[in-house]
Amino acid sequence: MAEQVLEVEGLSVDIPVTGGMLHPVQEVSLTVARGETLAIVGESGCGKSLTSLSLMGLLPSRAERRARRLSLLGEELAGKSERAMSDIRGNRMSMIFQEPMTSLNPAYTIGDQLAEPLERHTRLSRREVRERAVEMLERVGITAAASRLGQYPHQLSGGLRQRVMIAMALICNPDLLIADEPTTALDVTIQAQILHLMAELQREFHAGMILITHDLGVVARVADRVAVMYAGQIVETGTAAQIYGAPSHPYTRGLLSCIPIPGRSRPGEHLGAIPGVVPSLIGRMEGCHFADRCALVEPRCRKGDIALRDGSGSGHRYRCVLDPETPATQEAPA
Amino acid sequence: MLAYLLRRLGVAVLVALTVSLITFSMIYLSGDPAVALAGESATEEDIESIRRYYGYDRPILVQYLDWLGRALTGDFGQSHYLKAPVAEVIFERLPTTMLLGACALTFALVLSIPLGVLAAIRPNSLIDRLALTIAVIGQAMPSFWFALTMVLWFGITWRLLPITGSDSWANFVMPSIALGYYVTPAVMRLTRAGMLDVLATDYIRTARAKGLRPHTVLFKHALRNAIIPVVSLAAVQFGFMLGGSIVIETIFAINGLGYLAWESIQRADLPMMQAIVLVLSVFYILLTFLADMLNAWLDPRLRTA
Amino acid sequence: MAVTDPVTGAAEAVLAPSPAARMRGRAFGHAGFVLGAVILIGIFAMALLAPMVAPHDPFDQVLDRKLIPPVWFDSAKATWEHPLGTDQLGRDYLSRLLYGARISLLIGFAAMLISMVIGTAIGVAGGYFGGRVDMVCNFIITTRLSLPVVLVAIAVVSLVGSSLSVVIWVLGLLIWDRFAVVMRAATMQLRGRDFVTAAEAIGCSRARIILSEIMPNVMNSLIVVATVEMAHAILLEAALSFLGLGVQPPEPSWGLMISEAKGLMFFDGWLIAIPGAALFLLVLSINLLGDGLRDVTAPENRS
Repeated sequence: MAEQVLEVEGLSVDIPVTGGMLHPVQEVSLTVARGETLAIVGESGCGKSLTSLSLMGLLPSRAERRARRLSLLGEELAGKSERAMSDIRGNRMSMIFQEPMTSLNPAYTIGDQLAEPLERHTRLSRREVRERAVEMLERVGITAAASRLGQYPHQLSGGLRQRVMIAMALICNPDLLIADEPTTALDVTIQAQILHLMAELQREFHAGMILITHDLGVVARVADRVAVMYAGQIVETGTAAQIYGAPSHPYTRGLLSCIPIPGRSRPGEHLGAIPGVVPSLIGRMEGCHFADRCALVEPRCRKGDIALRDGSGSGHRYRCVLDPETPATQEAPA
Repeated sequence: MLAYLLRRLGVAVLVALTVSLITFSMIYLSGDPAVALAGESATEEDIESIRRYYGYDRPILVQYLDWLGRALTGDFGQSHYLKAPVAEVIFERLPTTMLLGACALTFALVLSIPLGVLAAIRPNSLIDRLALTIAVIGQAMPSFWFALTMVLWFGITWRLLPITGSDSWANFVMPSIALGYYVTPAVMRLTRAGMLDVLATDYIRTARAKGLRPHTVLFKHALRNAIIPVVSLAAVQFGFMLGGSIVIETIFAINGLGYLAWESIQRADLPMMQAIVLVLSVFYILLTFLADMLNAWLDPRLRTA
Repeated sequence: MAVTDPVTGAAEAVLAPSPAARMRGRAFGHAGFVLGAVILIGIFAMALLAPMVAPHDPFDQVLDRKLIPPVWFDSAKATWEHPLGTDQLGRDYLSRLLYGARISLLIGFAAMLISMVIGTAIGVAGGYFGGRVDMVCNFIITTRLSLPVVLVAIAVVSLVGSSLSVVIWVLGLLIWDRFAVVMRAATMQLRGRDFVTAAEAIGCSRARIILSEIMPNVMNSLIVVATVEMAHAILLEAALSFLGLGVQPPEPSWGLMISEAKGLMFFDGWLIAIPGAALFLLVLSINLLGDGLRDVTAPENRS
């Protein structure tokens, strides 16, 4: 088994809000190995972005993070000071964000912003920094890299800016790369290019990657393992093959029925939709979080905490008291 | 950028011309300027000769163009009271007022920008509330009353600072504070609001995700963007302060343009008043023009456009 | 759980407090707003009732009762007959202070009204019509901003001659810039909104759209600017009177009272402290009210 880059156990985030305590992330456990891509999938508001921000130590100051274990290559991060965390961020773990249009500072050149992680985390000379910046820009497929260094973000297209963000994230050779919806804001054709580039770079840099997305099409293409999140919890986790081949949580099955499958979905046929809304995460909640939207709900679904149980194969786990029915062909709830 | 510069320059010139027209027509507010000038005991003949001497008998448009033409070459005529060229007197006094304005602006910025930044970093904290209190009190305090109160305490009771004159740096301490404090609330609020906006942006999150030090994030990435609107405001406020220095200069007997304006008004010295209003207005127009240019230069999106 | 049943939903909508009631609730919970309102109402009441509450005639000079200090001074001369003492001409300071409130409020309010009419007309016209009209409006605003207010005001007052109405008109004609700038921006924002487009589509006249679609929606900003400008006008009047080019003696303007006491302030500091404090309180209360109104009417803009 490959070396584990990231091991997370029992990660929770609490945010005080008017009307009580918000629990957007509850007892999340996950691992990422070297060279592996873990996709965290879920609707907006399920806590996937806050999970990634909490891993980076970038939560808003009001939010509180708790974890039984949060280690990067065996080094515990949970108790680290902000100062010590900033030595790790951008260096050993880095992040790519959803909005390439606003994620770069409009007041500084690409070269300046690209150089910052190197200036902060390494002792390279100015010339070496510049050379490395040009090299990284070329590596992410930007032509005329040297002349791009003097340009400002507004002079670049969204796709180019996201490439710059990727170059910036990888410039210090991180062990872990977190990408939060990196292609959502881009054109469809650009999306494919960026995804391809990220997969390629990940192999080359041999880093672990967490890909956060709501797009199951994206997941199918690049993920080794998948964690499905719903209302702050991981409801199902396993290899991509297990999740697509034997989805065991009703929510996962609902999500999968929402995407058209070539050859199986007939034109004009209704794609599935999950009725209802995501529950409020303020205060303590008993039972299955999905109970109110689940077509198969039973009285026992509403009692106690529902634990993850083993599924079809090794590493496949899901959070449901019911036994999975015939896999994959489950009809979409009306 | 060049097109923007030229367009902006054109507007500035047009505004300056309009202001000159308004300034020129000021002398007709009191009715016949010759009568006003001649005094109460003048005979009809005296008035007539004054009218001819100063050219008030010509058509108004001719008078305006003549006045404007000479003003453009730096000739604002003769002071009725001081019997000296107006331009000479004004440019003798102008540096004092500029110095006062610069000191006041420096005081205001040094106080308000750090407070605004601190308030934005910790919203609703003690320092935020303190900054807000200073702003609310500052905006409500009449500057002349504040100046007199300072004179009473620092000048008379504790004898720390000289209360009149403009000979040494110590003379400028109280006037600068009295003139500058009124500007601090606006600058502080704008800095705070700007910083709050910028600190919530995606690029600040990116900067933090790179592991940059807090002060790098704050000063290099946040303040650099939040300060852009503050530059414009500071320029505008500098202009206002020069205009408002009349009250402060009168209280502290500072021999600047404001005091000169007050004296001229007391002496009904029309050419002098006209020239002062025009000079200050044109200076303000120049200032806002420069601020816009500086703004365009600070914002790469405008600079490279 | 968030179950949205149409019936209970409708019931909740009926039972929920109206926007106006919620705004009132927020207003009374806003400390600055309440404090400002209380002080302002107090000053307004005293100004209104000045003839009844003032212990003396504010113009009555009693030369053998000059410069009596206020009652809290440890002085043999201090007397409850003149709670705030008397000035250098033996006039009762409290009475002058009360009548002075009338002048400040009158000038502040009247100058604000004049500037509101001018500024709103220019701002709404520029913001609504855009294009060339906006260019002209913008030019007028820029020109006005480049004239130094205090200087022009005292120059004009000195040339035209000083009186209460001259001061009001001069200030009103000079300080409309903020109204214009804010109204222009607010109108521009509304210009593209659906309900304005809808009104245009059904053929409403421009005047009707401006009056019944635009104006009600810019009212909040208008009121907030009005408080700012009223405070501004009051401070300017005080400064003008202080320079001797505003309200003329023997009227009891607060700025004039400070000016008259200037020569004596080294011996009797209270002579400038009292009218100064009154000015400060009045302006403070108006500003607090304005800030409060801004927070209450636009809670999402609150930091």
